[in-house]
Amino acid sequence: MGWYVRSLGKRKIIEFMVLLLFVFFFLGPLLNLTLLAFSGKWQFPAMLPQVWSLEWWSFVLTQEEVLSSISLSFGIATIVTIASIVICIPAAYAFARIRFPLSRWFLFSFLLTNAFPKMGLYVSIAVLFYQVGLMNTLLGVVLIHIVNTLMFMTWIPAAAFKSIHLAQEESARDVGAGPFRVFWHVTLPMALPGILVASIFTFLSSLDEAQGTFLVGIPDFKTMPLVMYSIVEDYPSTAGAVFSIIMTLPTIVLLLAARRFVNADVMSSGFQMK
Amino acid sequence: MEQTIQLSISGLQKTYKSGEGVRDINLEIRKGELISLLGPSGCGKTTVLRTIGGFLSPDSGEVRIENQSILHLPPEKRPTAMVFQSYNLWPHMTVYENLAFGLKLRKTSRSEIRQKVEQVLKLVRLPGMEKKYPSQLSGGQQQRVAVARALLLEPKVLLLDEPFSALDAKLRMEMREELREIQAAGNLTMVFVTHDQEEALSISDRIVVMNSGRIEQVASPQDIYDQPNTLFVAQFIGRMNFLRGQAVGDRINVQSFGFHNEKGLRGEVTVAVRPEDIVMLHDESAGMGGTIRQVMVLGHYAEISIETPAGLTKVFLPREEARSLSTGSAVRIGITRVTAYSQSS
Repeated sequence: MGWYVRSLGKRKIIEFMVLLLFVFFFLGPLLNLTLLAFSGKWQFPAMLPQVWSLEWWSFVLTQEEVLSSISLSFGIATIVTIASIVICIPAAYAFARIRFPLSRWFLFSFLLTNAFPKMGLYVSIAVLFYQVGLMNTLLGVVLIHIVNTLMFMTWIPAAAFKSIHLAQEESARDVGAGPFRVFWHVTLPMALPGILVASIFTFLSSLDEAQGTFLVGIPDFKTMPLVMYSIVEDYPSTAGAVFSIIMTLPTIVLLLAARRFVNADVMSSGFQMK
Repeated sequence: MEQTIQLSISGLQKTYKSGEGVRDINLEIRKGELISLLGPSGCGKTTVLRTIGGFLSPDSGEVRIENQSILHLPPEKRPTAMVFQSYNLWPHMTVYENLAFGLKLRKTSRSEIRQKVEQVLKLVRLPGMEKKYPSQLSGGQQQRVAVARALLLEPKVLLLDEPFSALDAKLRMEMREELREIQAAGNLTMVFVTHDQEEALSISDRIVVMNSGRIEQVASPQDIYDQPNTLFVAQFIGRMNFLRGQAVGDRINVQSFGFHNEKGLRGEVTVAVRPEDIVMLHDESAGMGGTIRQVMVLGHYAEISIETPAGLTKVFLPREEARSLSTGSAVRIGITRVTAYSQSS
């Protein structure tokens, strides 16, 4: 054993320690959460739960409020994703292809919603929503979610459109396709990976959104993160753990499904200012 | 020779915001002719080509194909097909789908598409490649597919925008031979843009030499090489020596040499001489004296730089003959043929 450690050299050992530390910080809480979710009795000095149980699962999954929040969250996330696509894809295409004055500043302005403290922004939006009667409405909730998704839904697809060479669109015109056919048959399919990645992030961020929904959607629109708050407050931590896992699942499933498209390239090209 | 005019361009003008552009472009291209637009980058050759293809609209002028104006048509309705320098193919479609796309838009039947695609792939020497994706093909193969796609549209004029410039030298040579064969076999009318004079000289029926937005000369490769109209063409095409001379009456004098003054020039002139029109003389009293500056062996021949009273000249000699020459020695040269230009042009 000793010779093996020596043969690795100091650098490798340090790298390994850093990796270990990273894994601990990254996966440790998740592991703890999973154990907690399946425990019946787990008292302090024990490394593992003394009694395993699924009772909190059956508790959480039989709560009417929980079930309706899951379907509400997924419904809202779907609407938000579709609406974001409809709004942002044409904008992204314009940013990528049309040179208009201050286009870089417009693109940059999408970052502004992320520059302010969210709560401050939401409160000022809420004031506006009161005046036009959007409080406690589905439209209001969807709009406040879109505020968050505008940025990557525009930036990432814009980068994807930009990476398509003009010659590829022009040669499609040349063989007889009109502008709309070119977009449908050439531009859109080629930009699809970027659009897909952006859509997944939009979907997930909408699932996860709590602050804005809390301000605008209460009392009728209790999404998963909001129900999560009340469960964490009102029930033992086990129930919170169970619910966290339920909330994490869609993220993991979607990211796994899209891992072919989600890579550092798509992401980083989306966040370049060109 | 066939005399029907397939493509005619008259009075074409296009100025960009930067001030660059093309002016006074007048050109008639016969059916079955391969015309090259040749010039340094930024000379406007691509502007002319893209105007024919419909990707640019000119400020003024007229473009006609088979005597019908096409300027009002968008690119998808023009009877032209274009092969771009690169990024011709759509990476999410197979070779078959890339080729079939245009035919599908024309409502060609499935069986006919299949048959045509197979035929054209055979023509560009890529049979059986239907199922491959562009990323699985080499650069040369991709350009062949692009040429195939353009041919499938049976265009009245085929436009090629430096289609082989991204390929390596050997492949480029093969491709232009193949292209010439296809062009001749199908009696196709082609406009070929290139900045590579060797390419233009080797495949064209006629060459259009362009410089800063204007046409300098339109002629066959032979004539372009032997009788360059302007000093620019003389400088641009092939290797050329430029000597100082004087035009007096109907003579052009370069040191002791006298040539016929065809253009009726006056005063100081620039005399252009091809290296192959200079001969080494062994007679001590004949021709013009000079001193060898440099002997460079370039494979089977050698390039000799000789300083003469009229200016520096370069001569090509077979390697055997060059062996006896050394830097600094005195030689005598003769000139067999010249073209003269007034110095103001």
